[in-house]
Amino acid sequence: MDNQTLKLKAELLRRKLITLIYQGGTGHTGGDLSVLNLLTVLYNHTLNVNPKDPKMTDRDRFILSKGHCAEALYTVLCDKGFIDLSELDAYGTCGAHLGGHPDNTIPGVEINTGALGHGLGVGVGMALGAKMNQKNWKTYVVMGDGEQAEGSIYEAAMAANKYHLDNLVAFIDRNGLQISGSTEDVMPLESIHDRWTAFGWDVKCINGDDIDSIVAALDAIDWKGGKPHLFISKSTKGLGVGFMENVAKWHHGVPNAAQYEEALRDIDARIACC
Amino acid sequence: MKEINNIPCRKSITSTLVELGQKDKDIVVVTSDATGSATLDDFAKTLPQQFVEVGIAEQNSVGVSAGLASAGKKVFVFGPACFYVARSLEQVKVDMAYSQMPVKIIGVSGGVAYSQLGATHHSLHDIAVLRTFPGIEVYLPCDARQSRKLCQYLVDHNKPAYVRVGRNAVPDVYDDDNFEFIPGKANTLREGNDVTLIGCGETVAHCVEAAEMLAKEGISARVLDMHTLKPFDREAVLKAARETGAIVTAEEHSVFGGLGASVAEVTVQECPVRMRILGVPDENVIHAKPHEVFHHYGFDYEGIYRAAKELLGKA
Repeated sequence: MDNQTLKLKAELLRRKLITLIYQGGTGHTGGDLSVLNLLTVLYNHTLNVNPKDPKMTDRDRFILSKGHCAEALYTVLCDKGFIDLSELDAYGTCGAHLGGHPDNTIPGVEINTGALGHGLGVGVGMALGAKMNQKNWKTYVVMGDGEQAEGSIYEAAMAANKYHLDNLVAFIDRNGLQISGSTEDVMPLESIHDRWTAFGWDVKCINGDDIDSIVAALDAIDWKGGKPHLFISKSTKGLGVGFMENVAKWHHGVPNAAQYEEALRDIDARIACC
Repeated sequence: MKEINNIPCRKSITSTLVELGQKDKDIVVVTSDATGSATLDDFAKTLPQQFVEVGIAEQNSVGVSAGLASAGKKVFVFGPACFYVARSLEQVKVDMAYSQMPVKIIGVSGGVAYSQLGATHHSLHDIAVLRTFPGIEVYLPCDARQSRKLCQYLVDHNKPAYVRVGRNAVPDVYDDDNFEFIPGKANTLREGNDVTLIGCGETVAHCVEAAEMLAKEGISARVLDMHTLKPFDREAVLKAARETGAIVTAEEHSVFGGLGASVAEVTVQECPVRMRILGVPDENVIHAKPHEVFHHYGFDYEGIYRAAKELLGKA
């Protein structure tokens, strides 16, 4: 899929995402919107996965470690054909299959997440398993920036370095906000770049709001460098909906009817520009 | 008490894995700087390509194990039980149990095996906690032979499981290999009609000894080896309740939420009988050797014998 098509798809998915959250009455809207571009590129450009055979032996593995952004993942998985539209539409209803965090009874979901700081360790195990089995499939893990305060992440970071997991790609969705406010106020993270470099990772910064930047970075990964890869994906929390952008309260906010209409107008304007 | 076997349960498990691992390259052992404590030196030396050392990082060791299992490996993760059911409990809950990743935790030096090292090193809550996690199985084998059979079973078993073993060698409960190990089914070691003694792990041998002492006084005690705490053998408990009318449980665990509670939950709803639950009360364990701790809190053979007599009004 070319970049222009990816850009349009991301905006169409943004429209579906905000509708899903509005109709379901629940969701982590801000982070969903900041990570959506990244998920759109991964699933439509990068990952070797097959919705007709979600457990395909040599598929690439994807973990949404910031599991609270499940709505973005569900929207992308449904678009790819992993999840039926009827299941997506049932989101937020009593007894729905899709919950507020992904679980691996859902086709395309590898591991259950929601408790932060877990995804990278599991990803290290997957990548190590691929190396042991002499397989070329890759493991991708998306973390949040607030999540970076979880100590277990650094246990995993050390192990990835020890085992030279150059088949492991991690991302930090660096939108700068968490539920209580700025990440730098809650627990300063900078310099993330220096920190992860010191842990022995191959670290690069990308613009997560820009499809071209994400695609270029993923296409340039050095799979034989002996180092695990980290992309600090600078993004905008609430991307695409003016009144939500860079506002911490939209971390877990759900729009009312008027806000939903306003959000759609903003997104439709972006679609018109694609 | 019978003579002690010279092979600790942990060694029985690691020796079995060395043997099986040479034929099955998918068997992987993960540890968190516990090669010595878990007796993994032979495995690490013989099968280095199947051995993963993550350092003192219990959380990561469980997460990595879940990832390896997801990639098709048959994963056994070894470390002190106290840390695996506390420090890495959320990884056990989410990455293993909730995600249904068939990792096998071998929690070594469980219960009060570290004795004088104190409460940081005791795991007297593991049964209680893990019973409440849907989808994970819990085993406390009672001797070296049963540990080997359990390990052989778990290699190809497609469910997450927690196994607690002690540190030191223990007496043989099973004198040879001609016994059945059926997961989820208690073994009746001795028939009896007056009272049932139920143990798990290292207290099973004490139950056998207590039953022999009671027999000398004309009291017929049934003995159950409840090697599987989850899934729990309700039928064996109900049969014992109906046929003997009195039950004593003995466990190297808090009296809250463990073996005794599991038994009581069954009997109180379906066949109420007189019971005594022997274990550690709501306090931090005294600093003492394991057998002294067993004796102090009355879940050794003497305490079990005494409790059975009191329960039957024959003290």
